[in-house]
Amino acid sequence: MDPIIFLIQCLNAVQYGLLLFLVASGLTLIFGIMGIINLAHGSFYMIGAYMAFALQPLVAQYLGGGFVVTLIACVLLATILGYFLEWVFYSYLYTRDHLQQVLMTYGLILVFEELRSIIIDNDVHGVAAPAWLAGSVPLGDVMTYPVYRLFISLVCLLVAGLLYWVLSRTRLGMMIRAGASNREMIGSLGININRLYRIVFAIGVALAAFAGAIAAPVSSVYPGMGNAILIICFVVVVIGGIGSIKGAFLAAMLVGFVDTFGQIFFPAAAGVLVYVLMAAILLFKPEGLFKQG
Amino acid sequence: MKHTLSRTALAAVLAFSAGSAMATVKVGFMLPYSGTYAALGEAIENGFKLYVQEQGGKLAGQDIEYFKVDDESNPAKGPENANRLIKRDEVDILVGTVHSGVAMALAKAAKDSDTTLIIPNAGADAITGPLCSKGVFRSSFSNWQPGYAMGPVAAEKGYKTAVTISWNYAAGKESTDGFKESFEKNGGKVIKHLTLPFPNVEFQPLLTEIASLKPDVVFTFFAGGGAVKFVQDYAAAGLRDSIPLVGSGFLTDGTLKAQGESAQGLLTTLHYADGLDTPRDNAFREAYTKNFPNLPPDVYAVQGYDAAQMLAAGLKAVNGDVSKKDAMREAISNATIDSPRGTFTLSKAGNPVQDFYLREVQGDQNKDIGIAVKDLADPARGCKL
Repeated sequence: MDPIIFLIQCLNAVQYGLLLFLVASGLTLIFGIMGIINLAHGSFYMIGAYMAFALQPLVAQYLGGGFVVTLIACVLLATILGYFLEWVFYSYLYTRDHLQQVLMTYGLILVFEELRSIIIDNDVHGVAAPAWLAGSVPLGDVMTYPVYRLFISLVCLLVAGLLYWVLSRTRLGMMIRAGASNREMIGSLGININRLYRIVFAIGVALAAFAGAIAAPVSSVYPGMGNAILIICFVVVVIGGIGSIKGAFLAAMLVGFVDTFGQIFFPAAAGVLVYVLMAAILLFKPEGLFKQG
Repeated sequence: MKHTLSRTALAAVLAFSAGSAMATVKVGFMLPYSGTYAALGEAIENGFKLYVQEQGGKLAGQDIEYFKVDDESNPAKGPENANRLIKRDEVDILVGTVHSGVAMALAKAAKDSDTTLIIPNAGADAITGPLCSKGVFRSSFSNWQPGYAMGPVAAEKGYKTAVTISWNYAAGKESTDGFKESFEKNGGKVIKHLTLPFPNVEFQPLLTEIASLKPDVVFTFFAGGGAVKFVQDYAAAGLRDSIPLVGSGFLTDGTLKAQGESAQGLLTTLHYADGLDTPRDNAFREAYTKNFPNLPPDVYAVQGYDAAQMLAAGLKAVNGDVSKKDAMREAISNATIDSPRGTFTLSKAGNPVQDFYLREVQGDQNKDIGIAVKDLADPARGCKL
């Protein structure tokens, strides 16, 4: 393989992996720290993307803002949605078994898909990238790389760093980690665990919606987009070790590389390679690459 | 007094409807009314009903009674849904569907119960190939056809090498195989067939692969959301300026608004196009727009409309007596359909023998810029009729 092409493929892998990480990080937070199997996580990604699509003209008209304002609006709305959902639905699930969690969150997928169909429609829509990021960088002699994709990668890296810092260096992060390992104990220390969980859940939803919104210009928005990403995100979370942000990051990179190079070298098996990777890792490390923490 | 009157009226209505029920033709729509393909199902039904309405609500003097089942584009539920129409509603004619997998199940159920089936979209080659049957017709296309139609066009433009790319599933393979067959027949060479798993839309690695292979042209089959993203990514990767992209018409049908600027100038081949500007097509478009003001008169509506025309041709030959199945099927098979797309006949296997248009994307239209292949017939490989 041509070295330049090889480097471009590595760039593709990193870029895909980073985006996966952004969605999976919210999932691993909710899954690992709150112990909830949240099948509706893909729906939050879908909601973010559709919000970016629907809000863009509104933001331009009423706030006079551009893409960044739209992104902020998406994140704010998603946070509120997450806070509300945890309060009304998810807070009843902590003590239930996993089957009931799966049932309810699966139900939410159906509800969100139907709402999407009623409020927007069943068509595919494109979302325009902001003009200041619309250019592209020439790579090699025939190919160019869109600046917007590089921008996504940069933002994902920033978010990853921020998340890591919050969880490992701040008081909130300490409380979240403590709450994950012993719910009763942290309650008896005078910390309102219910509110803490509500915040974690809201952050998780906001992360997924943010990923959807920022990816919308390159992915376009279409029905069922959430389900496709949900499965691969579960793979990332399981490989990385449930609840581990560090693990999710590494696993997302691994999946990115395996998927990208799998498509080139083993096109016939490209669909299963990622799952083979997961099976292989679970054989030797049943708890994933990193234990919770 | 008032009561008696209304009762008499009711009795009269009942008697009337019972009387006419003897002479109605029961048409069962098995179409997607929910999910990704819901809009397509609606367009097909609209087209079908539009033709019946234009004939005064009757075909060959028979009233048409409709039954509907939402197939949800779910192949697993195909046999069950088909049997609802066949066994429960006892329909005379089946019309369906969009999804190829569901259509295969439907074709089998129709064959087993000896019910006449008209397929208004699903392009799986096998339906008018190895699985062909006397009672199964298609008003649309086989996947092979639009692909095959692009080969001569690409060769004529002087392209020597090509790369094909699609999802790793039947429709993609059939379409790209069609292209390969005719492109190589005309002196070109397909140097690589790239695939990715359905419905994966992370195209970047394969686009990089295309950049490293540097073919003269890229042929693709994608539809719906995948088509939107592929066309956008292809342009964003800067390949549009160096390697022309061509495709089966579904690449740019119903997707142009979302694709925006990135699709401008793309060439595709299909059996229908915007701007045909024939009296037949103009009349159809005007009638369709009048009846369904918010819906575009697209290829799916045409396929539904022509399904009704095919049924009409069959019913006419037997004076509306649907029990004469063989004579009716014979008549459909020999009919010349005066379609908005242009007239077409049916092959022995029941697939349209039709012109394929070369279309260029201009604004939000797939403008007709000439005929790619005239009277293209699917080879119906494996059909033993």
